[in-house]
Amino acid sequence: MLRSSFLLISALLIFTSACRYDMQDQPKYKPYKKSEFFADGRASRDLPAGVVPRGFLRDDKSFFTGKKEGVTNVQVQTTTDASGNTVVTSFPDAIEEFPIPVTKELIDRGQERYNIYCIVCHGPTGNGDGMIVRRGFVRPPTYHDDRLRNAPVGHFYDVITNGWGRMNGYAEKIQPADRWAIVAYIRALQYSQNPNGMKPLVISENKVAKNVEKGGNR
Amino acid sequence: MAQVFHKSANTIAKASIALAVILAGLSFYVVTQLARSSYLTGTYLERQQPVQFSHKHHVGDDGIDCRYCHTTVETTASAGMPSTQTCMNCHSQIWADSPYLEIVRASYRENKPIEWERVHDLPEYVYFNHSIHVNKGIGCSSCHGDVANMPAVYQVNTLQMEWCLSCHRNPEEFVRPKEEIYNTAWVNNLTPEEKKKLKEEYKIRPAEMLTSCSTCHR
Repeated sequence: MLRSSFLLISALLIFTSACRYDMQDQPKYKPYKKSEFFADGRASRDLPAGVVPRGFLRDDKSFFTGKKEGVTNVQVQTTTDASGNTVVTSFPDAIEEFPIPVTKELIDRGQERYNIYCIVCHGPTGNGDGMIVRRGFVRPPTYHDDRLRNAPVGHFYDVITNGWGRMNGYAEKIQPADRWAIVAYIRALQYSQNPNGMKPLVISENKVAKNVEKGGNR
Repeated sequence: MAQVFHKSANTIAKASIALAVILAGLSFYVVTQLARSSYLTGTYLERQQPVQFSHKHHVGDDGIDCRYCHTTVETTASAGMPSTQTCMNCHSQIWADSPYLEIVRASYRENKPIEWERVHDLPEYVYFNHSIHVNKGIGCSSCHGDVANMPAVYQVNTLQMEWCLSCHRNPEEFVRPKEEIYNTAWVNNLTPEEKKKLKEEYKIRPAEMLTSCSTCHR
């Protein structure tokens, strides 16, 4: 009698603990969870090739790539700087004007984003003396020379998106509108270090940011 | 007829009532303390990761912002775990041949994610969202502690419901200015007026709404 009731109680205990476990770790996928089903073990799946999520049709070429319409087969000129970086000296297909209005809010946003993602190498003023460079990474070119002061905005956008030289692209981390915000802040930094030699940014009074990805919420 | 109980049975009966109360209280205390203990909640236990990654070095010494790696903390429920490419942004050059980083390089070469040990694991019937917290004045360290000083990350809070509610009942005690959200060493010395003002600025809902079941459980 005693023995059987003990078994019954143990069985009940196992049952209730199983309940709790099921509730805590439910058989559903959440970001970064492991999957037994997919061969590579990842629950988060890549989109099949060619799929465009609703609201993410990136048809505005100048906004999403920083490149001009209709310029193809371009040949850029490059040279090597003091740190051994290959640097471009001509920018034939990069757009010259910001595709969105440059407002104070945009530059402030750019400053915040710059101080997260760019400052680590490019340094607080864009000299290329960030902490990672002091730890041994190859020094990136400074923003404060004639080559980059005269470089069109589309070039900076393209470098953030696709990387350049030893810098990886940041498209995964920084959304298109934020990339333009960072470019605007780089222009502000350049002006701050050379106020007499550069035209200041034209600040738009238009406070309404362009609705860049129709339907999407990014 | 002889008496069934000795005279002392009266005293024993009285004492056993008192003893039962004390014993019940004591066991209640033991159970509740055990439930909150480091043994059952995992607090203050450093987790060993496949790579000896130190937040103290990367955040504390190098000054890298939380969001450089935890990119989606401001926009989605999950704070985001960095892809291996994020590591390689710097470690393609710094410590590029260190044996400690072989796992990272192998992951990058073979396109296989690194399997990190989860430190903070909420039960899955809780729908926690990082973005609403960081956008409404709750800093990283309010829940995660001073991660910038943790060589190996450990949990500093129990993550139990009573702990969640301690803030949801009076959020003004925990809000901080927007520019301090990612400062893990922030010390709260706001005056009651400042706290109240911040709560209004962030438009934090009243405690009745924050403690409603469906705020966290759906």
